[in-house]
Amino acid sequence: MKPSRTTRVVVTVLFIGMLATPLAIRQLSARRQAAQSKLDESQALARYGFHLQEVSQQAGVAFVHQAPTLDAKLDGIMPEVASMGASVSIVDFDRDGWPDLYVTNSKTGSLNCLYRNMHDGTFKEVAGPMGLADVNQPGTGVSMGAVWGDYDNDGYEDLFLIKWGRPELFHNDHGRGFTRVTETAGLPLWINANTAVWLDYDGDGLLDLFVGGYYSEKLDLWHLRDTRMMPESFEYAKNGGRKFLFHNLGNGRFEEVSEKVGIQSNRWALAASAADLRGTGRPDLFIANDYGVSELFLNEGGHFQEAGQATGVGFAPKSGMNVAYGDILNQGKYAIYVSNISEEGVLIQGNNLWVPREGDASLKYENLARDMGVELGGWSFGAQFGDLNNDGYLDLYLTNGYVSLNRSKSYWYDFSRVAGGNSKIIGDAANWPAMDGRSLSGYQQKKVWINDGAAKFVDVAQAVGATDIYDGRSVVMADLWNRGVLDVVVANQRGPLLIYKNTVSPENEWLELALVGASSNRSAIGAQVTLYWNGQHQLQQVSGGSGFAAQNDRRLHFGLGKNPQIEKAVIRWPSGKTQTVENLVPGKLYNVTEAE
Amino acid sequence: MSSQVSIGQPAKLEVAWKRFFSPSNRYLSPLLISCVLLVGQLSYGILESYTRTLLAIATSLVAEIVLSRIYFGKWPILVSAYISGISVGILVRSPAFWPYALCALISITSKYVLRVHDRHIWNPSNFGIVAMFILASGSVAGLSIQWGNFIWPMIVIWTLGSAIIWRLRRFHISATYVASFLGFALLRSWITGDPWRSEISPITGPMYQLFIFFMITDPKTTVRSKTGQILTIIAVAAVEMVLRLHQVVYAPFYALFVVGPTAMLLEMWLESRRARLLVAHA
Repeated sequence: MKPSRTTRVVVTVLFIGMLATPLAIRQLSARRQAAQSKLDESQALARYGFHLQEVSQQAGVAFVHQAPTLDAKLDGIMPEVASMGASVSIVDFDRDGWPDLYVTNSKTGSLNCLYRNMHDGTFKEVAGPMGLADVNQPGTGVSMGAVWGDYDNDGYEDLFLIKWGRPELFHNDHGRGFTRVTETAGLPLWINANTAVWLDYDGDGLLDLFVGGYYSEKLDLWHLRDTRMMPESFEYAKNGGRKFLFHNLGNGRFEEVSEKVGIQSNRWALAASAADLRGTGRPDLFIANDYGVSELFLNEGGHFQEAGQATGVGFAPKSGMNVAYGDILNQGKYAIYVSNISEEGVLIQGNNLWVPREGDASLKYENLARDMGVELGGWSFGAQFGDLNNDGYLDLYLTNGYVSLNRSKSYWYDFSRVAGGNSKIIGDAANWPAMDGRSLSGYQQKKVWINDGAAKFVDVAQAVGATDIYDGRSVVMADLWNRGVLDVVVANQRGPLLIYKNTVSPENEWLELALVGASSNRSAIGAQVTLYWNGQHQLQQVSGGSGFAAQNDRRLHFGLGKNPQIEKAVIRWPSGKTQTVENLVPGKLYNVTEAE
Repeated sequence: MSSQVSIGQPAKLEVAWKRFFSPSNRYLSPLLISCVLLVGQLSYGILESYTRTLLAIATSLVAEIVLSRIYFGKWPILVSAYISGISVGILVRSPAFWPYALCALISITSKYVLRVHDRHIWNPSNFGIVAMFILASGSVAGLSIQWGNFIWPMIVIWTLGSAIIWRLRRFHISATYVASFLGFALLRSWITGDPWRSEISPITGPMYQLFIFFMITDPKTTVRSKTGQILTIIAVAAVEMVLRLHQVVYAPFYALFVVGPTAMLLEMWLESRRARLLVAHA
């Protein structure tokens, strides 16, 4: 039997329709993108409720990150292997009530910077006199990030410096300077880490410290014996750095207990963050791994159980680079944002937005990044949730871009053919073709996704002024000038530190809480606040490190929208105590100390 | 009784074994690709997800049944559609669902629409995947990862694949391609100065194993003569080399997309010319 002419015509037309479908989808997406044209401040305020202006120069911050230069055996692919180290963290190191910035540098001999907030819109660099600048000396490795926590509960935030090299702990001497206490604390001589988190995993009131290795700690990246230092697989690598959990003994010393408590992994950790995901009162630990699946270590009373597969977050291997928690639906539950790689035509991993499933007795997540519109962000790195327009819903700021060199030449072809090869090939840097000045997912536009409160995010980055195309790494949010808005600071690899000052529509109101622990750790890291207003509620926590190589302000910022009626704030402290604060009014920063 | 069993049983087994591995057993290829899928998934979880792969397979099967009924009024043998679906399910990488369904649909429909002298000239999944790479590059990428850090899954698949393809009398196609690829890889390394291991790297990944055992050996879309098959496959590898020198990521798929139908058309033209000459001589 032969098909009739009509049949053939109909099927052919349908076939053409099938071929046209992706083009139509692309066209629609391009049109949507075109609508995101740049707006001036008043238009952005009217349409989206906020506008960002980059003010680093006016603020007196002229920091430009310098990348590491590792062993000469890696020269051909140096931009790729030395592609991290730019980081920023927020701390009020002198307890003057104004957030300061600590910024890492990564070239051997380069200086890190501590920017003290001068309360007048400017910052003053004070790392030298404070003893926190010259921390990248030859033979000690270089900085990759920093997290702050008051490990001795003396009221001042201490600094853990994440390095490829000798990790460092600095004690804050009442805001007047810092003393290096690495040896006293009992930290190891060398870790090639990109992430660390302060957390009180056992609820003893003392901050413990998690450090996630990236490259193996056996490697001195400046003196390599050979070139077999790359991941053994692009998606299944287990030859990365080990994990460390330093239990705070309370006498200035730490004991490494990772094996004892069940945190054992040699995956390539790039980001980690802790949060109580099940309401147990103890922080769980989420690790986003490069070259593999994410890991979720559930805290079972001080012992950890890896539950990545069981909860659904550890099934599809990707290139995890970020962990940020946010109660995006105002349901009192955290979604978890993990960034990955998406490069058109080569690799579409898509970022993950892990949202807890409703109705499941046990903790299960589903990835709703695509449904909610936060899936594609290029070669994504750091991201943070925060209510940028004070409308009562958490928005998401994502920075991206891997290596921006020659704009017209791409390294992707060479990258993909080696990444797809056998472990003996991918694992040896000598097999990787030289980059020769080519870019790898460079010059990418950032994403500022605003949350419409109905499970959809819309990218407004270009419209609201986040227009840079540097190779972004670390993002933090803080109300830098105590104005009731969240500003954004971005650290860029081989690029300037950017300070995006936020202007928000005045009709949207806000409330901020600064928590101080008493029987809990004094930094109140791990404390969770549920704010109830206008018949809704939102959960936030004080974090000991989140995003990528970043730490937001410890003060919690709640956007409240128009005409808010605040009912109460319920604080659950790491000690297990619950404290309810009532009679709160919008537009204020409240200092709350844990009730004894 | 027992002596009868001990003599007769091996003979029966041998017959069954031979019948199973006979070139006429059309289920050998789907069995092999299912093994590839299982080894890859159980050892490393290479699939984007089970549901996406099942979606691709289901779409392929349904499309084949519907189109076969509409076009030819008969129930189809679903072996080819199953292989196409599973190839799409493994090779396409996308966080979305629609590319899996659409790619499978395009693949199967191409068999019915793009026909010359009642033969389809493109390998269905090759056509579908290339169409997606070109038209939906923002949503779709190809399988570009490896089997992880152990050599054993790779050895199992190469051994099993070679044995089955040998029994199907198409081993020369795969072998020619592998030899050509390696030769051209060394030539590329000499031209570009890149490490030779980086040039042979792609063939060590699962994408090439599927390409080598299932796409280029497809009986329906390869020329008939053995010499023609060998020349065609050398041409595929040669075009791939040119594309690789221009840094085209999915070079083998594009090379087969171009060379495969060209060889088929050339063969048809030569056959019709030969037929005309025979008629003229008669």
